[in-house]
Amino acid sequence: MIVRKPQLSLTQKLYLPEILRGLMITMRHFLRRKSVTYEYPEKAKPVPANFRGLHRLIQRPTGKERCVACELCLTACPANCISMVATDPNDPNVEKFPLRYEIDTLRCIYCGFCEEACPCDAIELTPHYEQASSRREDFVHAKSRLLENNQFVPEGERISRVKTNETYLRV
Amino acid sequence: MEGGVGIESHLFMDLILDLLPILVKMLVGFFVVLTTTAYLTLAERKFSAYMQDRIGPNRVGPFGLLQPLADGVKFIFKEDVVPNHVHKVFYIAAPALMLVPALLGYVVIPFGDSIELFGRTITLQIADVDIGILYILAIGGLSVYGLFMAGWASNNKYSLLGGLRASAQMVSYELTLGLSVVGALLVYGTANLRQIVLHQTEYWTLFGSIQVPHWGIFLQPLGFVLFLISAFAESNRLPFDLPEAENELVGGYHTEYGSMKFAMFFMGEYTGMITISALTVTFFFGGWHIPWIEHAGLTHNVVAALGVLAFLAKTACFLFLFIWVRWTLPRFRYDQLMSLSWKGVFPAALLNVFGTALCLYVLRRPM
Repeated sequence: MIVRKPQLSLTQKLYLPEILRGLMITMRHFLRRKSVTYEYPEKAKPVPANFRGLHRLIQRPTGKERCVACELCLTACPANCISMVATDPNDPNVEKFPLRYEIDTLRCIYCGFCEEACPCDAIELTPHYEQASSRREDFVHAKSRLLENNQFVPEGERISRVKTNETYLRV
Repeated sequence: MEGGVGIESHLFMDLILDLLPILVKMLVGFFVVLTTTAYLTLAERKFSAYMQDRIGPNRVGPFGLLQPLADGVKFIFKEDVVPNHVHKVFYIAAPALMLVPALLGYVVIPFGDSIELFGRTITLQIADVDIGILYILAIGGLSVYGLFMAGWASNNKYSLLGGLRASAQMVSYELTLGLSVVGALLVYGTANLRQIVLHQTEYWTLFGSIQVPHWGIFLQPLGFVLFLISAFAESNRLPFDLPEAENELVGGYHTEYGSMKFAMFFMGEYTGMITISALTVTFFFGGWHIPWIEHAGLTHNVVAALGVLAFLAKTACFLFLFIWVRWTLPRFRYDQLMSLSWKGVFPAALLNVFGTALCLYVLRRPM
């Protein structure tokens, strides 16, 4: 391939005018002071609305979980990180509920399939992503902790971000 | 006998009073230059950050203002490694040879007019030498030994290449640096930096009323541009930082250096920048002179104090220019650097000398 050298004009050959042009560009940036840096630990980087972070179990108004232990999340989970023991709650309004519900977030791939599979919007991925610990146990979230994870969602959005089928909201 | 002792103690007091201002000037000068060097590194990092739309160091102290301190502490406490394959004597001597000339350079630069204190006239200059400019060029020429010695003693191909480039580049640009001031020297008729500044405090009167100071930039515009180009190359700053060239030569001549020995190279570079900026101001921007301040009716001492501030401000402008250019321009290729020196700057500097000499001959010819 023949690479032809570009024909430079006299001002370009003199080089100094072009240098001044370049200097003006850097000076513009210098004076504009618009930083692209996120000062992370002090100010969190804003996450998109559909960000998939740590899971939460959405609560009923009574404070109990909304989950009916249908095990659809568990079935949908490609990483097999959800485990559940279902039982009868002795409540005429609730047919079934999870006695134990655990998510191993070390296995979880945060795909959000559990959220999509859930017929009653009982599980959701919050925007929270700051999970650090030096112990493996801390990454296995039991039911109580999944309920506590509601704190990572602002008060107004605690119920659900998804439009919910009314049938499951009676209690 | 008694009287004799009295006279001797009187002489002794005189000696003390003569030495004291010099010592104070030395200490203050040393302190100011080293502090500026330290904060120049912070300025470099901050300004580069702003130019690249970043924030820059802001962890240590408010706005990162204590960063140089943290850097210094880190450098001092780092393990001082001397690799096995180096030539020990030269390896250890090289950083000192780089830093010492850099710290010696600024002593002849006048940073202010004189002040009158307790009936004594104190010139605001550490050493008033008649051959000031020659001294600076000579001392500046020494720093190439530090670079070359570092490159050679490191016994490493990258360092060697860096050292070779350093010596070739600095020899070439020393020549152009020297030649570019010859024109100015012809105009001023002296090599004494104080006299040069005093020469620039005079005025031309244009159109009957407008007074324009005799600044070197008006007398020697071409000389100024050539001087500035050579100054960038002489202080190994981008776009002429080929001796370092971190993306081709790892770190160039200081590849094998760490801890305080590296810091000495670093300080040498920045102190050199300060000296060359101060020299540019002295030669082409009237040194401490503030135009038209003679008409303000201030006392001599106040004018001198303001002059020191003006000198520092002017120097700071050039230091900013160094940083500004560094973060704007990419590095030259080696052959481009050499051809710019020998085919561009050198003939232009010769032309400048010739043109200046011709003009002076015509203007100053006895009528």
